[in-house]
Amino acid sequence: MAKREGIKDSYDLVVIGAGPGGYVAAIRAAQLGMDVACVESESREGGLGGVCLNWGCIPTKAMLESANLARHIKDGAADHGIRVKGYELDIGAAVTRSRQISDRLTKGVKFLFDKNGVMPIFGRAKLPGGKKLEVQLKGGASSTISASNIIIATGSRPKTFPGFEFDGERVVSSREALEIRKPPGHIVIVGAGSIGMEFADIFNAFGANVTIVEILPQLLPLEDAEIAGVVERSFKKRGIKVKKKTGIKSLEKLDTKLLVTVEGASGEEVIECDTLLMAVGRTPNVEDLGLEAAGVKLDDDGWIAIDELGRTSAEGIYAIGDVAGMPMLAHKASHEGIVAVEQIAGLPTHPLAREDVPSCTYCHPEVASIGRTEGQAKEDGHQVKVGKFPFSANGRALAAGAPDGMVKIVADAQYGEVLGVQMVGHNVTELIAETGLGRALETTVHEIAATVHAHPTLSETVMEAALAALGRPIHI
Amino acid sequence: MASRIVMSKLSPTMEEGRVLKWVKQEGDPVESGDVVVEVETDKATMEVEAMGSGVLRKILVQEDATVPTGTTLGVVAAEDEDISAILEESRAVAPATVQATASVQGPATMEPSAPVVPSAAPSPAGDGGRLKASPLAKRMADERGIRLEALRGTGPGGRIIKRDIEAAASAGVPAAAATAPVIDYDIPYERVELSQLRKAIARNLIQSLGPIPHFFLTREIDMGEVLKLRGELNESLAESGAKIGVNDIIVKTAAQALSEHPDVNVSFAGDHIRRFTRVDVGIAVAVRDGLITPVLRDAASKGLRQISAESRELIARARNRKLAPEDYQGATFTISNLGMYGIDEFTAVINPPAATILAVGATQEKPVVVDGAVAIRPRMRVTLSCDHRAVDGAMGAEFLATFAEMLENPLRMVL
Ligand SMILES: Cc1cc2nc3c(=O)[nH]c(=O)nc-3n(C[C@H](O)[C@H](O)[C@H](O)COP(=O)(O)OP(=O)(O)OC[C@H]3O[C@@H](n4cnc5c(N)ncnc54)[C@H](O)[C@@H]3O)c2cc1C
Repeated sequence: MAKREGIKDSYDLVVIGAGPGGYVAAIRAAQLGMDVACVESESREGGLGGVCLNWGCIPTKAMLESANLARHIKDGAADHGIRVKGYELDIGAAVTRSRQISDRLTKGVKFLFDKNGVMPIFGRAKLPGGKKLEVQLKGGASSTISASNIIIATGSRPKTFPGFEFDGERVVSSREALEIRKPPGHIVIVGAGSIGMEFADIFNAFGANVTIVEILPQLLPLEDAEIAGVVERSFKKRGIKVKKKTGIKSLEKLDTKLLVTVEGASGEEVIECDTLLMAVGRTPNVEDLGLEAAGVKLDDDGWIAIDELGRTSAEGIYAIGDVAGMPMLAHKASHEGIVAVEQIAGLPTHPLAREDVPSCTYCHPEVASIGRTEGQAKEDGHQVKVGKFPFSANGRALAAGAPDGMVKIVADAQYGEVLGVQMVGHNVTELIAETGLGRALETTVHEIAATVHAHPTLSETVMEAALAALGRPIHI
Repeated sequence: MASRIVMSKLSPTMEEGRVLKWVKQEGDPVESGDVVVEVETDKATMEVEAMGSGVLRKILVQEDATVPTGTTLGVVAAEDEDISAILEESRAVAPATVQATASVQGPATMEPSAPVVPSAAPSPAGDGGRLKASPLAKRMADERGIRLEALRGTGPGGRIIKRDIEAAASAGVPAAAATAPVIDYDIPYERVELSQLRKAIARNLIQSLGPIPHFFLTREIDMGEVLKLRGELNESLAESGAKIGVNDIIVKTAAQALSEHPDVNVSFAGDHIRRFTRVDVGIAVAVRDGLITPVLRDAASKGLRQISAESRELIARARNRKLAPEDYQGATFTISNLGMYGIDEFTAVINPPAATILAVGATQEKPVVVDGAVAIRPRMRVTLSCDHRAVDGAMGAEFLATFAEMLENPLRMVL
């Protein structure tokens, strides 16, 4: 059996996958004194960081910053007395920039591994049964490693529908879309979840015609309807076409164009475009892992079944992140990673409360939410008080030229418990943190309202929404 | 040798005390027996003396802070002595337990009004005494009348969180001792912090009215003879400067009547009844922020003059908050007189361990039928509250009859 230099026969913990779930778990385990290795199959140089750093969170955010700047130059700069003439949009340069940022962060993960003494192993791992791993090493050799504990953090990949298979050039997933260096003339984006909405924002800003097709009656279907409405108005104002309650039927690929047949309330329609981005969801990476041999069971929806501490049906084997269920978010993956490791180490830990995972979409205007919406809270049987505060009444938002936005706090009428918060507007993905801490500490609207918030800041909208829930807002 | 200044348990009911004033400051020389600090217990203000000599090296609990009994307040030691071990040990407990009396809260927030933490058994959710609970948990506990002290927190670091309250509510954890559920009507209000005394009153009375089944016997007594007697006595005492009050006569008479009815001079003690062989009469005295009942010991064997002198002295000390615990604890019977406020009659809440309390109304001129004719007589209504577990109606009525008869025929007392 060939062995790569440095790889040991056994470890206290082996983590499969170096995404935000896996790499965070590995670092935490090393901090706690465990002998840890992290196996990663991504063949690209560096390769650590998973979808998040390479093809997800980070590059999209980099592109969205570029898009935002483009929009400011186009629409906003003149108001500030800055007249820009003869500027050009080069999405290729923006892509290059986003790749540099990703690279820098993936190298950062390597640095953190070295610093903490995590052994990275580049190759594809499989579970042959028991607490063992077979790793097909990069370069062809293979290695068998035993581990006292195993964490599966293999993440997820984009999915699509039959008849709409990815071809990597014209019918693409988010991964290829992040490397489009020439703006499409017309891109149809199927799916108005976070990923679809962010790409619509990016391509619109770089001059493409964009059509969003969504089967449900609202954009961002998981968000509060009023909040989603604010985004929809803004998108339409910028010329993004929105087709709700519309399903895709078929695809015809011609030499020069794609013909996408969709069906909505007004019947069938054929849309001509040159690029089709399928953003209809992601599917967990559970294949070819040897889960059956290891005795790791899946739940009814195809994710690895875990308990609140990340334990699977097999003793000593844990699963975290996208492979272990919704919501598929990087911070959820990291949190689960820490919980699983602390559980392995026998430390008291803080199991994930799914209700307390904030969810953010970084299109413009941004959307952020946590906990229950007003409708959901009522379905749960709560008597609620909803406090709303518009950005148009906040000094900082006006100074930023961002009056479109609002904060909505759904509070329990009796005790003031913060059941949920929904936000839309400039920088709300930063504002949501306060309410996350609030929920973690079981803070009520009384304490949020009584907390001194600096003026002028957007955070005052949170305080005012809390006051509004108590029936006493000052500035509206 | 270093010695500690400690918040001692100065009475059986005392669970916490407030540091009122440091008489000595850090660096001041201290002799054994010097008063170092004044503390407020649930009933009185006490002076705490140094147990050793040296210098007051360290003040650990600042003025106005309330801490559980047993907390080290300060350290007296020789100037160059190493006191780090004591400090370390005290710090492990003390700073966390300190709670400013005026706990800072937003106007709409409500803190449990029950005492902070029982000293002997630190709260499970307390890290050395401080109660850790989320704002939501506090609010829910407050509204549902659940004592946070009784709960074990399952949140981070033992914090009491929402699920603990919900679990407690379904398990039926007892309501806060002195707190009925507080309903938040939308009426503006001012928050008045509870003094130690007010907390003790709340605690004691709930212990009384809650578990003690009260019943009440009311009777009107003719006070003509008593008033006459008082006039004569005071005339004869004029030279000595002594003065007998009607209340003194009531105390004396009650004590005498009780010694004739020992079954009423009792306490219900769970699996037995204690029939006291001495009559110790508590006298309810209104003070600035509450009431307190100094006890006149062995009242039955004392003469009127002595009773008068002693009760005058006790009442004065009560008003100045200078009563020691032994001065106000353990009455076998209590008299509460609101006559001077013009109250005709009222009922009083039993003051344990006694099983009875006598509520005395104002003496008023009233038309009554005497020997078949209407006459104007000074009349006084009294109500005896009885703990029905120990005293039955007939027993109470018989005692009241003797009491009335003695007041109406003071000479009978001499017999
Ligand atoms: C376009 C896009 C934008 C996104 N934006 C956000 C955002 O803004 N915020 C947010 O929170 N989330 C965002 N997400 C989601 C986020 O990227 C994922 O939730 C997150 O990456 C999940 O982390 P993970 O560790 O579970 O898995 P992954 O990040 O998917 O990492 C899994 C790793 O395991 C490796 N692997 C798989 N199988 C094996 C094997 N057999 N052996 C060895 N290695 C293996 C893979 O190569 C991969 O590196 C975005 C996703 C996309 C696609």
